[in-house]
Amino acid sequence: MAHAATAHHDHQAGHGHDDHGHHHETFLSKYVFSMDHKMIAKQFLITGILMAFIGMLMSVIFRIQLGWPEGTYPWMETLLGKWGKGGKLSPEFYMGLVTIHGTIMVFFVLTAGLSGTFSNLLIPLQLGARDMASPFINMLSYWLFFVSTVLMLASVFVETGPASGGWTVYPPLSALPQAMSGSGLGMTLWLLSMTIFIASSLMGSLNYIATILNMRTVGMKMTRMPLTIWAFLCTAILGVLSFPVLLSAAVLLTFDRLFHTSFYLNEIYIAGAPLAQTGGSAILYQHLFWFLGHPEVYIILMPALGLTSEVIATNSRKPIFGYRAMIGSLLGISVLSFIVWGHHMFMTGMNPFLGNVFMILTLVIAVPSAVKTFNYLATLWKGSIHMTPAMLFAIGLVSMFISGGLTGIWLGNAALDINLHDTYFVVAHFHLVMGAASIFGMLAGVYHWFPRMFGRVMNARLGYLHFWLTLASAYMVFFPMHFIGMDGVPRRYYSFTEFEYMKPWLDLNKFISISAILGSVAQFVFLYNFFNSIFRGEKSGQNPWKANTLEWTAPMDVRLHGNWPGDIPHVYRWPYDYSVPGAVDDFIPQNVSDDELPEAARSVNREQTLAAEAANQEKKEEASTLAFSSLFSKLGFRKG
Amino acid sequence: MSTHSVAANEGKIWDGGNEPFGASYGKLMMWFFLLSDAFTFTALLLGYGALRFSALNWADPDVVFQSAPGIESGAPLVFVGIMTFILIMSSVTMVLAVEAGHRNSKSEVVKWMIWTVIGGAMFLGCQAWEWTHLFSEGASITKNPFAPELVPYIEKFVSQGMSHHEATLKAVNEIPHNYEFTSLFFTITGFHGFHVFSGVVINIVITINAMVGTYQRRGHYEMIEKVGLYWHFVDLVWVFVFTFFYLV
Repeated sequence: MAHAATAHHDHQAGHGHDDHGHHHETFLSKYVFSMDHKMIAKQFLITGILMAFIGMLMSVIFRIQLGWPEGTYPWMETLLGKWGKGGKLSPEFYMGLVTIHGTIMVFFVLTAGLSGTFSNLLIPLQLGARDMASPFINMLSYWLFFVSTVLMLASVFVETGPASGGWTVYPPLSALPQAMSGSGLGMTLWLLSMTIFIASSLMGSLNYIATILNMRTVGMKMTRMPLTIWAFLCTAILGVLSFPVLLSAAVLLTFDRLFHTSFYLNEIYIAGAPLAQTGGSAILYQHLFWFLGHPEVYIILMPALGLTSEVIATNSRKPIFGYRAMIGSLLGISVLSFIVWGHHMFMTGMNPFLGNVFMILTLVIAVPSAVKTFNYLATLWKGSIHMTPAMLFAIGLVSMFISGGLTGIWLGNAALDINLHDTYFVVAHFHLVMGAASIFGMLAGVYHWFPRMFGRVMNARLGYLHFWLTLASAYMVFFPMHFIGMDGVPRRYYSFTEFEYMKPWLDLNKFISISAILGSVAQFVFLYNFFNSIFRGEKSGQNPWKANTLEWTAPMDVRLHGNWPGDIPHVYRWPYDYSVPGAVDDFIPQNVSDDELPEAARSVNREQTLAAEAANQEKKEEASTLAFSSLFSKLGFRKG
Repeated sequence: MSTHSVAANEGKIWDGGNEPFGASYGKLMMWFFLLSDAFTFTALLLGYGALRFSALNWADPDVVFQSAPGIESGAPLVFVGIMTFILIMSSVTMVLAVEAGHRNSKSEVVKWMIWTVIGGAMFLGCQAWEWTHLFSEGASITKNPFAPELVPYIEKFVSQGMSHHEATLKAVNEIPHNYEFTSLFFTITGFHGFHVFSGVVINIVITINAMVGTYQRRGHYEMIEKVGLYWHFVDLVWVFVFTFFYLV
């Protein structure tokens, strides 16, 4: 024990020497190959924002095609060259855009951009650590992410176009380079990029887990950790266990492509001639992919839920409702997320009994999700709510989570899935529940922790404008899609003009496309606000939101690699002591001990009060039981 | 800052300022990495299971692996038994290196690490021989001369006056057959071999570090334990790979 404690201390001291400024930082070591978790967080955030805009603009281009399938736009040819001949988006590139939009948003924005940013920023700061367990591996994690980003973007520029088989890259389309133009070099680059991405994600996750378990400051019990950290911990564990399976799937797919094995190929005929590669199973790929793919949904969502917990509690000036239930629901979601992947594959001809198992497990996820939703609402209930832009986005997450979550119960149903599988209903569902909800959580995080990153506050007026435009356009885009999906219109179709039954939806498609463009324009308000505030925003001061967590106790005005000058603060309480009766302020930071508080506000006293209340409650229940038994005896029932 | 609750935290391993598993962050990261890698291999081996389950027939390992250097046939599993023994012995020498590290005995650490490196390199050498031998028999990642459906063709070609070897090569090149066995064999043993190779490289680096006294100066040989974890894991995975391809 003593040995372990010393080792821990040594490690912290190892970073601590940076505090004294002996350390000469060059531009390269400070901004580029930085090992400071705060700088790495900013690198992830800015790369993530850049990728989000690229992904968003791709969606605008294909939304224009869907809204106005007959229209021609000369600028399209200028922008896309041969892919936009005659001012019209080509079907091949449409498929490529849909695929790369999905890949970028799922992996590069909402996995690396979200988890990478906030896990890096908040884990050491909220736990009271000098840095990540291994700052070097942390740096490597960002730069591998960067390389995979470059490869993925490069794939858009190859002659045959980017991967085009959808973000799930199912074989045989993805396994046979001759299948379509997007199955060529673009697909190979996709696989290469994702392999590097997986390595990056693994390095990040290992660091997050090791830091959370080993580097907490004195007094930071697991049950005193902010819910953000619990969310990051669960996310990292999901990543460590699910991404390697995608790696295996990618290895086998790469071999099918490059070495003509047939792990995923069976009975394929090209222009009537049988393909030599045979004996494999395309369904095998789907199993491997969705074993990652479903936990991936929660890898995306859970950090956003964690950020929301923190933002809602702080801005309601109330303790989070059901702290332990929140932890329990995160753990429940994590476990369940590994055993529901089959609900993406109801239509693959799986045994109906197995389908039922997957269906029931899927529906069970509604329980922890509802726990979280009700706890958010109960935290807001009678709170002294501060409507900061971050708070609005956090509440927006709750809204999206409910709207998208409800349709999850439909889609999880194996019978309904026969109609809804691969339709716009699915598109609507996952864009609301994991796309919009997670983006709202991420934006809540950006507005809330912007001062922590840059020492300044983002402009609130622009924040409100950004929020309302985003909220409205998100619903205007995704809500109507439910109806299109219920009518059986498949996703990923190039245009709605070929089949008679789709034609009535053309007008609604225009509406959706206009809303999508409006929503995209609104994001430029954010972009302006973000970069303008970095340089010209109002100075934030030490603890702008009057929050309890440790990150606000570290100096804001100077950037210290090591976070705190001198000793690391110790922790004496959980992070949700807001509006404690008897306290001077309506918040008590985690590093304030009972000795520093007035008598009435001390946790010992509160524990006594709570115990007294509990005893009182028991008596009341006893009394009511007595009342009941006397009632029953009057009615002629007898005990025994 | 008041320190009264510091005392209260003593002995409570999950209360912060502590390493709850008694393991340094580096060891913890290694353990979680191994967990992750275990999932990689599990996925590959489940893929093996799924494809073998749906295959109509499968190569007989007693036929495929019946050769050893100097023995053309009739010695099933002898060579792979030797390979496996070598790999397991290298785990033993790794344990001895870790144990010597606990005693801060530099010379013994270096000695046992060198034996471990030799064991790993010998295993890789054996694997190279085995692969080369399989290639010479006409096997490749997309060719499976051991596919049972080829047997009648091979017999036919032999009856036309070809040698058994020539007949096998002709059949495997001309007759469509199921080659999942060799695809999986070369992919999965290759993936494992890549792990052994990187393990050997890491072990060499660590051995050199131990030689020049890096860990002596550091005061502990924990790095040996960390690479030891990886090495034992790679051996453990081999036990499964061995079972799936050579035994069942």
